[in-house]
Amino acid sequence: MSDRVKVMTLIVLAVSFLCYTLFLYKENYSSNAEYGTMADKGKRLWQEKNCNACHQIYGLGGYLGPDLTNVYSNRSEAYIKHFLQNGTNIMPAFHLTEQQMNEMLAYFKSIDSSGNASPAKLKPNYDGTIER
Amino acid sequence: MELLKDKKPISHLFVITGLLLLFSTLIFGTIGAFQYVFPGLYRESFSFEKIRPLHVSSAVFWILITACGSVLHYLIKKRNGLWSNKLAQWQWFLFTIAVVVILITYVLGIFGGREYWEFHPYLAIPIIIAWILFLINVIKTIKDFRKQPVYIWMWLTGTVFFLFTYLESYLWLIPYFRSNIVHDMTIQWKSYGSMVGCWNMLIYGCSIYLMDKISGSEKYSYSGISFALYFLGLFNLMFNWGHHIYTLPAPKYIQYVSYGVSMTELLLLGRIIYYWKSSVNTARKLYHILSYRFLLAADLWIFLTLLLAIAMSIPAINIYTHGTHITVAHTMGATIGINTFLLLAFVCNIFKIHKPKTEKRITAGLYITLVALPIFWISLIIAGVLKSNWQMHLSNEVPFSAMMQSIHPFFVVFLISGIILTIGFFVIIGNLLAAYFMKTQEN
Repeated sequence: MSDRVKVMTLIVLAVSFLCYTLFLYKENYSSNAEYGTMADKGKRLWQEKNCNACHQIYGLGGYLGPDLTNVYSNRSEAYIKHFLQNGTNIMPAFHLTEQQMNEMLAYFKSIDSSGNASPAKLKPNYDGTIER
Repeated sequence: MELLKDKKPISHLFVITGLLLLFSTLIFGTIGAFQYVFPGLYRESFSFEKIRPLHVSSAVFWILITACGSVLHYLIKKRNGLWSNKLAQWQWFLFTIAVVVILITYVLGIFGGREYWEFHPYLAIPIIIAWILFLINVIKTIKDFRKQPVYIWMWLTGTVFFLFTYLESYLWLIPYFRSNIVHDMTIQWKSYGSMVGCWNMLIYGCSIYLMDKISGSEKYSYSGISFALYFLGLFNLMFNWGHHIYTLPAPKYIQYVSYGVSMTELLLLGRIIYYWKSSVNTARKLYHILSYRFLLAADLWIFLTLLLAIAMSIPAINIYTHGTHITVAHTMGATIGINTFLLLAFVCNIFKIHKPKTEKRITAGLYITLVALPIFWISLIIAGVLKSNWQMHLSNEVPFSAMMQSIHPFFVVFLISGIILTIGFFVIIGNLLAAYFMKTQEN
């Protein structure tokens, strides 16, 4: 393989990668947690408390606690607040203020509205792909 | 900073730092495993949201720093020195300071980042600067890009793309990228998926260099097949990350692209090692016996991890493995079975360990890990299968806590095998460091 062929192959791959990347960047998703909103602040709080170490969103995160993508529609606000405030025998109490708990709730509401995270809702096809 | 002043190559500092990080990876990993078996352990003072990033970041930096050290070391050998030792010293210094501060902030409960890079985004700055220094040093040291072996291409592309993907993983700081959870997670896992491919480029490049050295022939590194396989690996690095997010309500073409490209990178290395093994003669094998053994161990794990990776890259199977401990088993197989064994092969080679007594002890440590790792791996797979069954069929009737209780026995096996694994690695790390410092004193 000559150097010329190698460089050309590398350029083709790099350009394809950049095009795919830019295409993904500009994918038009509707915004469900605009910057500065309660949901966005809740997202920051989620990161600052490192909730992802134990919990998952869409199955991504730690496995010590349950997936919380759809916790907002599966549990009441009071139930979620109780957990946030008091913790469990595994999860520490984070002693959040009322404002912070409302921000977390807004975040949970925003991710809940983005879709259903249960893999049981996905239908496998014979060709190995999946349908929603 | 004493070590910086003596005549030892700068790469040794990277490797020693890496070994210390492997040590902390094992310590925090063991504490985390205890927390799985005894839920609530250290709940208020040192809970899992602190332990997990301490373990994961130590592991990620063990891989990154040792991979950088190995690349620098082999560049020194290949080009009779680095373009700038000062630059490499600064890179090491920035890396070390950043890692120490990151680990301290975790202990203090200061986060703000995301999975795998949980530290505050400000702490990403020294890492980015260190990586740019590394990139400059690699490019300037190579200097002439004509007729280079495949591993030089791997080091270059791995270094360039790592910088790109690392910066990409911080796009969430821009409101446009963080305002929609699905878009945000798509970009996040795009960058993570490619990033792993980037450090694998550095590590696999080093392993090809080492194989050349052991076999005494550079024929493979310049062959057309090695470049064809390298480009296929690069193609995977760029496009096969979608298996992380098959279950997200993201556009369908991501699934098709990723499924189509699939995970063939490990197969490539398996093939390379398979062909290389048959060409090594006994005398050379014996001279590099420790490195050879670690490479063989990695060879075995490449095939095991490959099987799992191929299965997980099929979307219809992925929905059963996603969000379960099968994913953890895959990560552990790749990071311990492949990355760590390969990196230890480089360390043995870099430190020139030839004392029979030390060789014997390190081999004993390797055998301990080889016994414990399959048990560790299988316990995670079984726990994952049971969680998968719950996720797909029982989650509406059986609460999460009851499911976790039902897989508890496998966490116990995971903990015990994890402790044995840790002991095995401690034997290896302890003897490597002892042999290195004894040699330094003798010299």
